[in-house]
Amino acid sequence: MDLAVDGRRAFCYTASHAFDPGKPTLVFVHGAGLEHSAFGLQSRYFGYHGRNVLAVDLPGHGRSEGPPLPTIGAMADWLFGVLDAQEIAAASIVGHSMGALVALEAANRRPERVERIACIGVAYPMKVSEAFLEAARKNEQTAFDMETIWGHAPQVPLGGNPNPGMWMYGDTLARLARLAPGVLHGDLKACNDYASDFAGVKCPVLFILGKRDLMTPPRAAAALTQKLPNAQVEVVELSGHSLMAEAPDDTLDALVGFFSEIRTDRPGR
Amino acid sequence: MAGPKYPDFDTLALHAGQSPDPATGSRAVPIYQTTSYVFRDTEHAASLFNMERAGHVYSRISNPTVAVLEERVAALEGGVGAIATASGQAALHLAVATLMGAGDHVVASGSLYGGSHNLLGYTLRRFGIGTTFVDPRDLDGWKKAIRPNTRLLFGETLGNPGLDVLDVPAVAAIAHDAKVPLLVDATFTTPYLMNHFGLGADLLYHSATKFLGGHGVAIGGVLVDSGRFDWEASGRFATLTAPYEGFHGMDFEEESGTRAFLLRARREGLRDFGACMAPMTAFQILQGIETLHVRMPRHVENTRAVVAFLAKHPQVEKVVYPELESHPDHALARRLLPKGAGAVFSFEIKGGRPAGRKFIESLRVFSHLANVGDAKSLVIHPATTTHYRMSDADLVKSGITAGTVRLSIGLESGADLIEDLDRALNVAAKQAAAKP
Repeated sequence: MDLAVDGRRAFCYTASHAFDPGKPTLVFVHGAGLEHSAFGLQSRYFGYHGRNVLAVDLPGHGRSEGPPLPTIGAMADWLFGVLDAQEIAAASIVGHSMGALVALEAANRRPERVERIACIGVAYPMKVSEAFLEAARKNEQTAFDMETIWGHAPQVPLGGNPNPGMWMYGDTLARLARLAPGVLHGDLKACNDYASDFAGVKCPVLFILGKRDLMTPPRAAAALTQKLPNAQVEVVELSGHSLMAEAPDDTLDALVGFFSEIRTDRPGR
Repeated sequence: MAGPKYPDFDTLALHAGQSPDPATGSRAVPIYQTTSYVFRDTEHAASLFNMERAGHVYSRISNPTVAVLEERVAALEGGVGAIATASGQAALHLAVATLMGAGDHVVASGSLYGGSHNLLGYTLRRFGIGTTFVDPRDLDGWKKAIRPNTRLLFGETLGNPGLDVLDVPAVAAIAHDAKVPLLVDATFTTPYLMNHFGLGADLLYHSATKFLGGHGVAIGGVLVDSGRFDWEASGRFATLTAPYEGFHGMDFEEESGTRAFLLRARREGLRDFGACMAPMTAFQILQGIETLHVRMPRHVENTRAVVAFLAKHPQVEKVVYPELESHPDHALARRLLPKGAGAVFSFEIKGGRPAGRKFIESLRVFSHLANVGDAKSLVIHPATTTHYRMSDADLVKSGITAGTVRLSIGLESGADLIEDLDRALNVAAKQAAAKP
């Protein structure tokens, strides 16, 4: 579905369902350099299980018009633009990596519009190495290699993909190859620069973390999870940073458990 | 944090796609000889059918053993994924059927395996898909053959029978200018000898029966997608970018982006055409792939020795192999195939059909049969077998002569292979001398 946000095309995957104002809404926000299909299985599930799904392509990613937004705050504000375009008063948000920071910042800025958030593969602060940033700034292949290799658990290239016949490294590289130059760098810089006291985050927060995550290991999220008053943590034993692909069922089960606490008969606007 | 490093080809050939079996600890890939998989409950079943969860439902669509092969070949080729099929021909058909329908059009190299030529030139035409065949070396010919309804450019990385080396970067550029993908049959080059996707191909397939399996024991194919072709931006592929009534109105590109082609190929192509691979076959082909990086250098080494021998033999009219300077694609082969131009080639024996027949019948190590890419050396004389009904003039039109002999060089001792060929050539020469 195409929406207009700030006068530009904003694409949202809806799992082939028309928006139903009688259903609660789940917004999915992807990580650096990715797009909505990173949540393919999980977003589809909720679309067929009583939720409006808006799996967004952030500006400059996937099918949404650019330019990319330079800060996590700007992305959070853009997300409210998406809700406004659909006349949604409040929604829950699922974010992965950079998208998890966007979810946190959205809850921080407009707590009245965010019911619950699930943060997948997140750390705070989300510092990015100089070498990674510099390679991304130059749009070098090394940056895509870092994103791909560090973005998965070490066993991924030698192990079986839960999604039959797919090669996770190849998929990530193919996604990154479609990015316009500079987009990955902008995303990584936004993560690196983001700072907040999270004072406004009062809603329930679920953290889904991969024990083998090389980019955002669970220990790097510990201070954040302890700081938030209403947080719960699920650690997925065999997954790295790409939890939706590496451990799709564990990730989905955690999300289902967390969001099943929302009544599905409550209007979303 | 150490710098990023991908596992090397040799390691992927042995490990990609499989962890030790979590149920038993089995190090070897288990053969999941089952048609179907028990659901945890009805909700789980519904989620699997509706693609909300990953997993297996029915072995025509996916199977754990077959999935290891698919992931391994995808890893070796650098693709997003793969689908294993009942044969290489099934892989070609699956690719075409996923991309187009009646009224659409393919531009294909004229130097193709006979089965592929038949499929495109005769069988698919009956279903409304037309093909224009072009000289693979004629880049203008490729361009001129493209029509508004063209959906695919297709060629073999090493063509039949003249071992034309497909200029993959150039033909890929032509395809991309026309907003269509390039599909290559990579059977003769394998992922070891050519970096197909790195050179610009978008899709590829193997007859896994040949070098991937490598031992002549199983028929199979593998179709691999690079994930690099942007179907949405092209605007020419309704099968991937428009809602599909056959799967709850799914728009495959919107649903899965880089995986759209494989998703439709699996969810429609395997579901409806059903040309899936059996788990035992996948296991057998995997055994071959585990030594692909060891076998291919030896295949090439033996081939070079045999080619050098034949090129100087008085009973040989000419040898057709891209590593020879006399081959029209010699320079291209050096650029695209730095590890070697494969292990299948042809030569022309003096004395025509009688000499060819006598030569074949005098060989002891080479096996006379219709296959290539085996660990054992193979030979066939088209004029007395596959093309025996053709006149000498018609043979020339097909790119061969009455004296053309095709060899697939195996892993035996190179010296023994040369001795076998030398003896058979000498017998053929005596026959030719006795019956001029």
